[in-house]
Amino acid sequence: MTPRVTLAIATRVLAQLRRDHRTVAMLVVLPALLVTLMWWMFQDSPTTFDRVGGPLLAVFPAIIMFIVTSVATLRERSTGTLARLFTLPMGKLDFLLGYALAFAAIAVVQAAFVVSIALYALDLDIQGPAWQLAAVAVLDGILGTALGLFASAFAATEFQAVQLMPAVMIPQLLLCGLLVPRDHLPTLLHTLSDALPLSYAVDAVQKVAQGNNPLPQTLLVLTFTTTALTLGATTLERRTP
Amino acid sequence: MVKNAVRCRDVVVVRGGREVLHGVGFELRAGSVTGLLGPSGCGKTTLIRAIVGLQAKVTGEVAVLGSPAGAAELRGRIGYVTQEPSVYGDLSVSENLRFFASVLGVRSDDVARVIDAVDLGTHADVRVDRLSGGQRSRASLAAALLGEPELLVLDEPTVGLDPVLRRDLWELFHRLADGGATLLVSSHVMDEAVRCDRLLLMRDGELLADDTPQALLEAVGTDDIEQAFLTLIDRKAASR
Repeated sequence: MTPRVTLAIATRVLAQLRRDHRTVAMLVVLPALLVTLMWWMFQDSPTTFDRVGGPLLAVFPAIIMFIVTSVATLRERSTGTLARLFTLPMGKLDFLLGYALAFAAIAVVQAAFVVSIALYALDLDIQGPAWQLAAVAVLDGILGTALGLFASAFAATEFQAVQLMPAVMIPQLLLCGLLVPRDHLPTLLHTLSDALPLSYAVDAVQKVAQGNNPLPQTLLVLTFTTTALTLGATTLERRTP
Repeated sequence: MVKNAVRCRDVVVVRGGREVLHGVGFELRAGSVTGLLGPSGCGKTTLIRAIVGLQAKVTGEVAVLGSPAGAAELRGRIGYVTQEPSVYGDLSVSENLRFFASVLGVRSDDVARVIDAVDLGTHADVRVDRLSGGQRSRASLAAALLGEPELLVLDEPTVGLDPVLRRDLWELFHRLADGGATLLVSSHVMDEAVRCDRLLLMRDGELLADDTPQALLEAVGTDDIEQAFLTLIDRKAASR
């Protein structure tokens, strides 16, 4: 791994994103729009919005980042730029970390926006400090990025990559505690949800909402993120058939 | 300095359960321009990918600049141009080149040099996806020239270029070779053969000939490379 190369890739990905206004708008604005939609749906029962609002701040950034990053690396494979990079002094981890770093920068903007909207425009009621909520939302966005980068190794085309979203993210969305609290799930599903990263993303937000310390759950989210990136680097092949 | 920039012996490649290279062997002398000629689908790209270390399931010996193909110490010493231009369409020519220069760790003033070498100076700030096909492949070639690599492996770099530009590029290839670089240039256009120091003629995953253009024409008794290629195919068929 070379910091120079990692940074070069991150800078380049951000330069490409700057040209792509629609994707940036989708990444930054869409989570806030979806949270606003939920707020509107529960207009007559603000306590319900207070219950689901927090978890949504974890779920939407993660899912949206997943979709975008699972396709981004495939573009590099289909255009041959990845092949060229592999003949240059670039480590596989440089490549994935470069992408992760660029999207982490986007995740900061995304989280700042969606958390501000939720707290100050939609009056989401949380016990913990706002910065903790924002920090957890950033890490959840980065988790989505890492899972997307890992998953993109298993897709041969962009057509296959978009199919990964329902396969990988929707089960996690159902089991993460947003719809049914995790300890109310049947035992087997509860055990399964214990193994899924999005569960801890939601747990961390809920800790902040209750005014408790979210650090253990946050560390688990970070562990899932680094594991996904490391596994992603091992599944990336220099030599292809 | 290594006398042979590339040495291949009994190179066999299997793709999708099918053998596509059947024991190819040749050497590339350092500082020469070698043409890899043959019809589309004969295995040129697979051979090239084996040399740059991107091809899976390669057996036999592929030695590049004194190391096994794909070795970590070769990265950055080989310039590779894929058949489809491998540059980022949503970035300008100079943005692309500055990026590849920073990955390589070469000074950014090398960017101006390579833009000049492929004659894209007037289009340096244009997004690559707004360029013509020929300009795009020159941008891709420019990226491979960064850092003055010792070996340049170019997969059909002159497709779709006008004759003047093709002549200019071949002159560039020879200048690079005079400077000590070794070039392997694939093409399916036979009239480019005479511009090479040496020729590798390939068909169906085998080498039919490995010689200078002059020697090849003399041996077959013709002045046309296309005719020489056909004669070699007929002789091969007759000897079976």
